[in-house]
Amino acid sequence: MLKIPLFTRLVIIGLVLAGLIAALPNVFYDRVETHNDALRTIETAGATAEAEADASVWPSFLPANLVNLGLDLRGGAYLLAEVAVDQVYGDRMDAYWPEIRDALRSERDTVGAIRRVNAPEGQLRLQIENADGMATALQVVRNISRPVVSLTGAGSNDIEASASDNVITVQLSEAERVATDDRTMQQSLEIIRRRVDEAGTREPSIQRQGADRVVIQVPGVGSAQEVKDLIGTTAQLTFNPVVTRTTNPNEAPGPLNVLLPAADEEGVYYVIEQSPVVTGEQLTDSQPTFDQNGRPAVSFRFNPQGARRFGDYTQENIGSPFAIVLDDEVISAPVIQAHIAGGSGIITGNFSVPESSNLAVLLRAGALPAEISFLQERSIGPELGADSIQAGTIACIVGGIAVLAFMWASYGLFGFFANIALIINVGLIFGLLSLIGATLTLPGIAGIVLTIGMAVDANVLVFERIKEELKTARGPARAIELGYERAISAIVDANITTFIAAVILFTLGSGPVRGFAVTLGLGIVTSVFTAIWVTRLIVVTWFERRRPRTIEI
Amino acid sequence: MRLRLVPQETDWNFFKFWKITFGASVLAVIASIVLFFTVGLNLGIDFLGGTTIRTESPAAVDVGEYRSALAELGLGDVAITEVFDPSFGPDENVAQVRIQAQEGEEAITEQNIVTVEAALQEVNPEIRFTSVESVGPEVSGELIWDAVLSVLAVMGAVLVYVWLRFEWQFSVGAVAALIHDVIVTIGIFCLLQLPFDLSIIAALLTIVGYSLNDTVVVFDRVRENLRKFKTMPLRQLMNLSLNETLSRTAMTSFTTLIALIALYILGGDVIRGFVFAMIWGIVIGTYSSVFVAGTILLRLGVKRDWSKEKGGDSPAGTQFTSSDA
Repeated sequence: MLKIPLFTRLVIIGLVLAGLIAALPNVFYDRVETHNDALRTIETAGATAEAEADASVWPSFLPANLVNLGLDLRGGAYLLAEVAVDQVYGDRMDAYWPEIRDALRSERDTVGAIRRVNAPEGQLRLQIENADGMATALQVVRNISRPVVSLTGAGSNDIEASASDNVITVQLSEAERVATDDRTMQQSLEIIRRRVDEAGTREPSIQRQGADRVVIQVPGVGSAQEVKDLIGTTAQLTFNPVVTRTTNPNEAPGPLNVLLPAADEEGVYYVIEQSPVVTGEQLTDSQPTFDQNGRPAVSFRFNPQGARRFGDYTQENIGSPFAIVLDDEVISAPVIQAHIAGGSGIITGNFSVPESSNLAVLLRAGALPAEISFLQERSIGPELGADSIQAGTIACIVGGIAVLAFMWASYGLFGFFANIALIINVGLIFGLLSLIGATLTLPGIAGIVLTIGMAVDANVLVFERIKEELKTARGPARAIELGYERAISAIVDANITTFIAAVILFTLGSGPVRGFAVTLGLGIVTSVFTAIWVTRLIVVTWFERRRPRTIEI
Repeated sequence: MRLRLVPQETDWNFFKFWKITFGASVLAVIASIVLFFTVGLNLGIDFLGGTTIRTESPAAVDVGEYRSALAELGLGDVAITEVFDPSFGPDENVAQVRIQAQEGEEAITEQNIVTVEAALQEVNPEIRFTSVESVGPEVSGELIWDAVLSVLAVMGAVLVYVWLRFEWQFSVGAVAALIHDVIVTIGIFCLLQLPFDLSIIAALLTIVGYSLNDTVVVFDRVRENLRKFKTMPLRQLMNLSLNETLSRTAMTSFTTLIALIALYILGGDVIRGFVFAMIWGIVIGTYSSVFVAGTILLRLGVKRDWSKEKGGDSPAGTQFTSSDA
């Protein structure tokens, strides 16, 4: 009859306890946040007495996952940026021009003189003197093309050449465009991340969205402008002549020189000439590689202009150190071994393999590969966020108490049972939000308040049903059983439809609206769980102990 | 004595004046559509593009002063509204400045925000900018499309789900009620010229979910009673179902309204529009699940013989016989 197997009971109680324990850290938000921050500091910067003390304010055996507060509650900046990925195509074609030109020159007898003519952005157009030699010329250009290095583009080449009359048009193939876009985006993300990290705020989030967009969220900064300034900083990578190397941080650098710290060695400083020989804007590529002795190294390549200046300088200064400076730090200062012509070379040093790939990333990261424009931005002051949290909390409490009082007045003891379930329900929502690391936004708080209102619905459905069954069924036990049994179909149908709405809202919505969809969706799950299982467990337990002859709902 | 929103036993005839209630709904829908095309929505920057700046200062807001300071900048349509909220202290004077998207600009320019902030600072040196939001025209176009798409997607999903679980007549009734709710809510936003932004779309979808919740509970009872009382005229049967679920409908709507009203009064002005849409939606949604969905179901009629379904000789959900008495 009215029985719940022991196993089911334990599962229900276990789930409720697990959810409530997961929600617990949020009650002590500041304390747990201090604890988490301290742990992070210890992990990255090593343990200090202060950090250890901070870490111990929250016992480590308890969960320490917190609900993330959205920018509208914590304050901060949100930016949606678009990367002009197309711009890179032009640069790529420019880089191909010397290679194609040289290759065609070796076939001069058949193709005649070659000339680059005006072409739309992203295309390279060459005019050859002998239209008869077109077949040869095309073959030459096609021989230059390389296979695309990407999973999806396997089997195709990176450039396509087509001819009309005596003009050859060269452009990137579709597969190469996709691969290039991907690289451009990764590079842009790296650079943005690196620059935003300099702001030193807590957990900035930089995510790619769709093909060519980046979402940047930085909690704790006063305005979106600050973030834009950081990102907008143009290339800080330079190659400068080294004057001296020193360990004295206060050494006077002398006129037109600057003193900069070394990035790889603690306590080492370089005095370098202020005006660079070449800058990162002239760097086209950099990759981790190995030198002739098999030691990790970093390769680099300049554009023609940079290559000329770099070549001239290295020719004149063999044997002198040369500083690679990134964001006012000397990344490395290799000694020039030989005249580096052609604009490419390798940097050797005491690198490990990860260090060399890291340096290559940093070198590539010098300049943004393509222009970035901002499509949307939002900045919220921390006071406004704090006000919103406060207002939301008060509204939750007042609304919650009103609902509790109303339920109790309407259903008496059963209303009281439903109220216990409602409180557990709110706890479970917070527990789930913390566990999955969801973000709570202002509309999200509205979602919780709405859930408080709607959570009683499943209970109401059951109670009303029990009331009806009491009129016909034999005895209260049977009425309770039938009430639950028969209300289930309505509860499930009603909640699945709302859940569908929440899922669609989550899929198509953005920003704060998504936060609303999350709390609404989780709220539906927890309210159905508490109504069907928790309230029932309470009711059944009560019934077993009291064995009332009649019940009043 | 227990608190009762509705008497324990009711025998109300919900369809006695169906022509009036249904007619009122049709009228409201038509009026909303007319309002939408004549007055139009007060679209927020999410959909139009542009910038809103929220200012706060200890000194009182002088809208005229602000306006004249900004008029010199030649930024086109600049709307300034003072914001009031009971939770504001005496030195919290809040205003909202809205600047339209500037012609021919794909992305937002920082220049505008900086000049606006500087101009306002000149008028009121103590002014602070607690939130700034800018949306470029490219994104706003996409947001409109996403919003429309999400509303349509929810309706489509509901149509299919209710059809699978019930019968096509139920599905038509439920979706008609949803369309009614959405249109009438858009109508009230046109009428009152409340700012309509992305969060209102979220509210609309919640209304859809909630109204559906109500409708489905009623339909579920109708289906149950159809099996129980095989010969009862549909009109009587639907009245019975509505009366049986009335107590639940009233309870749930009331508790949800209590929570939402608390949020409306105490939750701050930032989400007030959003909460208003939901309160309105709860009221409309409760009404429509009886008087729109119910009436349509009554007019369309339903398949009566549910016993065959279990026999498995007819595909569920596709066969029906109209037996409207």
